[in-house]
Amino acid sequence: MPGSIRDRVAILGMGCTRFGERWDASAADLLVDSAYKAFEDAGIGPEEIQAAWLGTTTGSTGMVLSEPLRLPYLPITRCENACATASDAFRNACYAVAAGIYDMVLAIGVDKFKDSGISGLGDGGSPGPSHAMVAESTPPRQFAMLATTYFNRYGLSYEEGKHMIGRVSWKSHQNGVRNKNAHFQQPVDLDTIINAPMVAWPLGLYDCCGVSDGSAAAIITTPEIAKARKKDPVFVKALQIAMAPRDGNFNTNFDFLHVEATVRAAERAYEEAGIKNPREEISMAEVHDCFSITEAVTMEDLRFSPRGKVRDDIENGFFDLDGKLPVQVDGGLKCFGHPIGASGLRMLYEMYLQLQGRADELLNPGYPSRQLPNPKLGLTHNLGGSPDGCAIFVGIVGLEGA
Amino acid sequence: MAGIVSYGAYVPYYRLPRAVIADMWGGRGRGEKAVAGFDEDPITMSVAAGLDCLKGIDPRTVDALFLATTCSPYKERQNATIAATALDIKRNARNADFANCLRAGTSALMSADDAIKAGSLGQVLVTAADMRLGGAAGEDEQAFGDGAAAILFGHDNVAVEIEGSYTISEDLADYWRAQDDTFVRHWEDRFGREEGYMKIPQEAANGVLKKLGLELKDIAKVCLTGANARTHAALCRKMKLTPEQTQDTYLDNIGNTGTAQSLMMLVGALEEAKPGDRILLISWGNGSDAIVFKVTDQIENIKNKRGIKGHLQIKKILNSYGRYLRWREMVSMAPPARPPAGAASMSAQWREHATALPLYGVKCKKCGTPQLYLSHSSTRAHVCLECHAKDEFEPYRFADKQGTVTSFSHDFLAGGIDPPTTAAVIDFDGGGRGQFNMVDREQDECKVGMKVEMTFRKMRYTLGAHTYFWKCKPVRD
Repeated sequence: MPGSIRDRVAILGMGCTRFGERWDASAADLLVDSAYKAFEDAGIGPEEIQAAWLGTTTGSTGMVLSEPLRLPYLPITRCENACATASDAFRNACYAVAAGIYDMVLAIGVDKFKDSGISGLGDGGSPGPSHAMVAESTPPRQFAMLATTYFNRYGLSYEEGKHMIGRVSWKSHQNGVRNKNAHFQQPVDLDTIINAPMVAWPLGLYDCCGVSDGSAAAIITTPEIAKARKKDPVFVKALQIAMAPRDGNFNTNFDFLHVEATVRAAERAYEEAGIKNPREEISMAEVHDCFSITEAVTMEDLRFSPRGKVRDDIENGFFDLDGKLPVQVDGGLKCFGHPIGASGLRMLYEMYLQLQGRADELLNPGYPSRQLPNPKLGLTHNLGGSPDGCAIFVGIVGLEGA
Repeated sequence: MAGIVSYGAYVPYYRLPRAVIADMWGGRGRGEKAVAGFDEDPITMSVAAGLDCLKGIDPRTVDALFLATTCSPYKERQNATIAATALDIKRNARNADFANCLRAGTSALMSADDAIKAGSLGQVLVTAADMRLGGAAGEDEQAFGDGAAAILFGHDNVAVEIEGSYTISEDLADYWRAQDDTFVRHWEDRFGREEGYMKIPQEAANGVLKKLGLELKDIAKVCLTGANARTHAALCRKMKLTPEQTQDTYLDNIGNTGTAQSLMMLVGALEEAKPGDRILLISWGNGSDAIVFKVTDQIENIKNKRGIKGHLQIKKILNSYGRYLRWREMVSMAPPARPPAGAASMSAQWREHATALPLYGVKCKKCGTPQLYLSHSSTRAHVCLECHAKDEFEPYRFADKQGTVTSFSHDFLAGGIDPPTTAAVIDFDGGGRGQFNMVDREQDECKVGMKVEMTFRKMRYTLGAHTYFWKCKPVRD
């Protein structure tokens, strides 16, 4: 690899809105909210921002950001990369600082879906013949195929498979209930999860994340400035994107048991961050749990679990808040919903808070702490598209020296 | 020599017991009727029958497709060319639609035979398909069924010759559908029976027999079409046909298939025919065509089809009248909680014809990998999936390949006319993969590793036009 981002940029501050069905808020309202929370956290004013990267799947141009924030003629790039949109905005902002062009930039993501009048996303396609050929496909259908194949390959009965993926969602709800920024803040028992109405067989309602509104933002600067202004800045260790050539529906080698693009992005990220054994070295992760099976398979793709063995780790609580490698510490997409353009930065926000020991700033009153003991490295992962073809982001952040 | 060189048929998978209709509206129902799926029409059923007929035959050797139906989805747009392209019949084929009359099927047969005998065409495929809709609670709802047949005419290894034909054309309007009618209108049935059906078919039959110097006793099988069992039996008695001579109308187990009935009965007769047999086919609709066929010793060589007999075995009882009404859009459904699908683009559809209709992919000339490039933006592969060679492909057809299910899901969110939508990723025998919707399947029979075959179906309806594409269905024989 010709260069590495490891420890070349730092996060000075972050902000995140409450996620959910924000009937009360427009995209502009959400952007202003997360941006000003990030400014306050970083201890800067908007006038210090030199450039910005905006992630959104529903807006167009950087004016979506410059207009509500009244940013005066700044260079702003609007970025879109499906569910990796926010993370890719962050990645590009980091590169600009690492390149020495700027030393104080904003990466921000937003999406406002709950004005569409429907649950879930649309079919996402544009007119055309091939679109007509794969007519009216839905995300749950595409991800359900991972479950069909996984259950079949590893000899799981329907009940065993449903229990495994149900346990994934159960765990996230256990975490989300403690988070006052989450969309869904109720615990859900495993029987309810397993027996919920079918959305796309074998995925039921609670195997699917919701669609919501939200925004999250990060201020990125140089390590020198960060250390001068903050006692505990968070450093970027790795930023990797991998774009699949949509091989799943074309190529018979694609096994629908794993997502190759995640493997590729993760291995490059581990190399960039100097990580040999992620199961031991990564303290915590926020991964793309658009569907419960996605999270399960991602655990193997990230080498958190051995290939074909994730069921043991899930059922044994390895990824629970008190497990060896907590995943979806904030509740994940399962509890936050998925405003696509914001999700990657929302995940990063949780890693950032945990690394600074501040996770309980968002604790729901009366609930036990969400703060992990001394995390060193946090990983975030996004999967944009569907298993057969997707945009993958894997990023790692950590404390200085980690 | 010229004549029939192959035959095939198609009966839709679902059969609606007439008792299920009677449960809704009262009365008694006996037998069952074949009902086309929500995504089938006379074009797709013609393709299905055509695939059966062209089994083992290179479709590129066919010089024309004559498609007969009274249920064209269009007033202006050729059905035959959509079906011919899906069947991979060549571009310079002399395709034509035969329409507007229940005799259209036999008109197409005679036209095909004439063109072959005249030497102007080498091989002609004739298909007849219908799916007339009966209004709820009416007699036609009980009577009408859906189906198709296909007959290939040519010169080589002729299995059935046409010895002669005789036509009576008479504007006796016992049944009609005006341009904007959904349902068939009738004059008082006694008029049609007494002045029409009980006289004219027999007159046509006598005409052809006299012309050929034959008598009814020389005929092994009479395929006398008919709209209902009682009048059909009455005419058989009047013509003094023996039970052995009388070909099944399939009114009881398929229904009255309109234009397709005569050709489906002919296929049924050919399935049982012996060399030397003579068959008399008599259609009915604003007159009659009577055609005498003579079977040659080649007949045994073309019986490897599903035909009528095979398709009658491949069936699923549809025990829901509501589901039938929904398929036929006879009830107003609650609006879907999904955004409307984007409109199809005619220009893009045309550009991608090679994939959309005959289901061509490509095979890499460098590494030999078959590949079906079904992306959202294009179906034209440029760079090989396997060896990355650029634009080194030859055409490779997938429609005639079977496949194995690699993964699937039953999608309850997508909505549509017949939820859930089953989507499956299938690996084709011989290589190549694609994701397709699966139809004519039971949810609980779907398994990783199950065998499927391709079936041509409607995909969506926008701007007054259908788009068509291939789906997969379980192999059932």
